[in-house]
Amino acid sequence: MATISQRAILLRTFKSNKTSVVGLILAFCVVMIALTASWISPYDPISQDMDIQHAPPSWAHPFGADSYGRDQLSRILWGSRVSLVVGILSVLFAMAVGIPLGMVGGYKGGRVDSFVLRFIDIFMSFPIVILGLLILAIMGPGLIKIVIAIGVALIPRIARLARGSTLSVKGKEYIEAARAVGQGDGKIMFIHVLPNIFGEILVMGTLWVATAIIVEASLSFIGLGVRPPTPSWGAMIRDGLDQLTNAPWLSIFPGLAIFVSVFSFNLIADGLRDISDPKLRG
Amino acid sequence: MLKYAVRRMIFVLPTLWAVVTFVFFLIRIVPGGPAVAALGSYATEESIRQLEKQMGLDKPILVQYGIFLKDLCRGDLGKSLITNKPISEEIARGLPYTLDLAVGGMIIGILFGIPTGILTALKRNRPADYIGRILSLVGISMPEFYLGILLMYFLAIKLPFFPVLGGGDLGNLGSRLYHLFLPALTLGIIMTAFISRMVRSSMLNVLNEDYVRTAKAKGLHERTVIYKHALRNALIPTVTVIGIYMSILMGGSVLTEIIFSRPGLGKMMVFAVKDRDYIALQSVIIIFSAFVFIFNLVTDLLYSIIDPRIEYH
Repeated sequence: MATISQRAILLRTFKSNKTSVVGLILAFCVVMIALTASWISPYDPISQDMDIQHAPPSWAHPFGADSYGRDQLSRILWGSRVSLVVGILSVLFAMAVGIPLGMVGGYKGGRVDSFVLRFIDIFMSFPIVILGLLILAIMGPGLIKIVIAIGVALIPRIARLARGSTLSVKGKEYIEAARAVGQGDGKIMFIHVLPNIFGEILVMGTLWVATAIIVEASLSFIGLGVRPPTPSWGAMIRDGLDQLTNAPWLSIFPGLAIFVSVFSFNLIADGLRDISDPKLRG
Repeated sequence: MLKYAVRRMIFVLPTLWAVVTFVFFLIRIVPGGPAVAALGSYATEESIRQLEKQMGLDKPILVQYGIFLKDLCRGDLGKSLITNKPISEEIARGLPYTLDLAVGGMIIGILFGIPTGILTALKRNRPADYIGRILSLVGISMPEFYLGILLMYFLAIKLPFFPVLGGGDLGNLGSRLYHLFLPALTLGIIMTAFISRMVRSSMLNVLNEDYVRTAKAKGLHERTVIYKHALRNALIPTVTVIGIYMSILMGGSVLTEIIFSRPGLGKMMVFAVKDRDYIALQSVIIIFSAFVFIFNLVTDLLYSIIDPRIEYH
């Protein structure tokens, strides 16, 4: 074909990249489970039946039952909601703050940039889990608060990437041209810089969704997640840990759920990165 | 070199100060203040006043901040709101367990990650590469606490090779390493995944460089080209990234300590959150981030040693 759009090339490369396709299918399944949890769950995730306490996996309860006699499978299916909502919303929140911050720093340079750099330095010195823990310890538990806590921890990381990409775009001719015709800085950043750095940020964004899901699981494992009895995978693992010797399935299955969701986003990110960096293309 | 090191250290101080200040003020915005949080909302007005007075929490916030900084410079991290014991003593007791774990995990990660990275880069697009890449993706997708539970279940409960809980006796090297093995392996496996991915991609970048092609064209042995020319350059970006990974590792150590009941800083931190002992939480987090700074500093210095092109500015 003589005229083939860049998008078509990318799409074709993406399709030929097996890892990203597998990742996309897996992630699609996880998203579908989260959306349809209320229909596909065989039982109510919070109703208790002490007769089946610590029941091992069986046909009626494929993943067994927990210490309150709740069906593990239903709780795992419902738990996907918390993980995905936190994973995606916290990254979006971090992008909404981090991208403008990094762009302004990279584009303006000088004092503004050194301020942004200081900010990034300070907040990057906290491991994500620890900054999240600190913020949640102060704000108390709750879904939105977890999103904020993880989002805040991701802001410096996203700002750093946006700043770096802006710096590499800044010297390009089309930016010069826009400036020459008298466009304002805000307009240039929004119309010319943002679309050009967004691809790279999106690739990393997928990776950060994976990170955010792990961090959410970690925080709820510590006991700083959504309030019980709302099912969340990290808290399920913690509850099952006491029973590791006699009912290992209580920790093993929710952990597997975390792993599969994180793995799917990492696969997509890996594939996307191979596409955007032809040198590494396999 | 020494000049660079000193400069770099002085440069770190303001950032560290900002971190400390941030944590201090963040802790002070706890609803009702740290004393109310520690005693619970049913505590009498009198007991709250008393605890606040005892801990100096009744003074104006800027005065508190001044005292806090002064104490911090002398190595005094305050007293626990719950036990009233000096926090620095408790930190000194827990620190070796956390450092053992972080360093142990990193050593395992470097020992296995670098060879795996080289191998997958050299065998690019062959079965070894695919297997290595998939395994490393599995590794980075695994939450450390889950991997810890799996290792504990299989290697300590099912097959009782290793102890399930505890940090061992610090004075006894054998017991220390015996208790360290599984937790360090947990973090080490995850670090192996991170490091091998990094080494693979920087190795692939380097193998495309002109100087590697020149070395090959000169008729040098494949081995010489790979180890003398390519690997040395591929390791440069890896070293910087290891500093960043150290931060991931320190975060992961918190959860690993909880799983294996290691009495380190991570466990202390989580207990401080549970007891709502915000003064202890503040101190542990400050010490924790100070270590992240130190590790980053060390990698920066290492970086300047292996890459003489770095300009000292």
